[in-house]
Amino acid sequence: MAKEEAISVEGTVIEALPNASFRVELENKHVVLAHVSGKMRMNFIRILPGDRVTVELSPYDLNRGRITYRFK
Amino acid sequence: MITIKTESELKLMRVSGRVVGEALLEIGRRIRPGVTTQELDRLAAEYLKKNDCTPAFLGYHGYPATICTSVNEQVVHGIPGKRVLEEGDIVGIDLGAFFKGYCGDSARTFGVGKVSREIEKLLDVTRKALDLGIDQVKVGNRISDIGHAIQNFVETEGFSVVKDYVGHGIGQAMHEEPQIPNYGQPHQGARIVEGMCLALEPMVNLGVDEVKVLEDSWTVVTKDGKFSAHFEDTIAVLAEGPENLTRVG
Repeated sequence: MAKEEAISVEGTVIEALPNASFRVELENKHVVLAHVSGKMRMNFIRILPGDRVTVELSPYDLNRGRITYRFK
Repeated sequence: MITIKTESELKLMRVSGRVVGEALLEIGRRIRPGVTTQELDRLAAEYLKKNDCTPAFLGYHGYPATICTSVNEQVVHGIPGKRVLEEGDIVGIDLGAFFKGYCGDSARTFGVGKVSREIEKLLDVTRKALDLGIDQVKVGNRISDIGHAIQNFVETEGFSVVKDYVGHGIGQAMHEEPQIPNYGQPHQGARIVEGMCLALEPMVNLGVDEVKVLEDSWTVVTKDGKFSAHFEDTIAVLAEGPENLTRVG
């Protein structure tokens, strides 16, 4: 079968939730629930509402994602 | 989510697996110079019907046939048609079928007539790579141990593995989680537990590992036009080791 890879999209954090989860509004106005990737937690990269971030979405569940990058 | 099959589900998986395996043997016996790929497709369709199975590929995302026939530089997903097989060609036959809602999936690559020594080795290495992958399908191992074993062997033999297409979990759907790449680091990904069913399918290229899809939006070919081989089996994970559901005879 063809390999299915996570889809990377950009968005803006609109709300910080407990457990390092965030509500992120994507460029297409779609709002997803995203958690922070392990690598970003290790390097202690803070994410605040209003930040621009890259979110990886799984092709299986487009309502959840993981934040892999925070733009400066 | 990776599905775990009960003993009664495994019984159905065994039936679809066996029928797919037998159909491939039957097709293999018919392959010789002069035969067209659509004749092989018809044979597969008849065999499934006779054994109360339904094709898994036909209609899948609009796929138009029962089997995939991938000739020479075609890696996978070649569509059967009027193409006449010639002496020295190789043809990969991939077949999936459902029996009472459970799917079996397998592929073999056959030489047409006599093939060159280099191609003979490509087929042997791919077949062996699949077997080495199957050896890793045991309780306690992780999914990436399979791909690691396959890549290691194939590259030692001087060939390359295709990275854009992967093996997969299988059961009530043909493609289930997890994806099973034919490459990578060992000890990564989900742990293998009893009751999983996995379809392993190494695709091995004579030249570069890069591939592209033709305009028909199905046929995958090697970028450098060199030959490619593909073998696949559906494996059930049992406490005592892997059970190959699609290899018969």
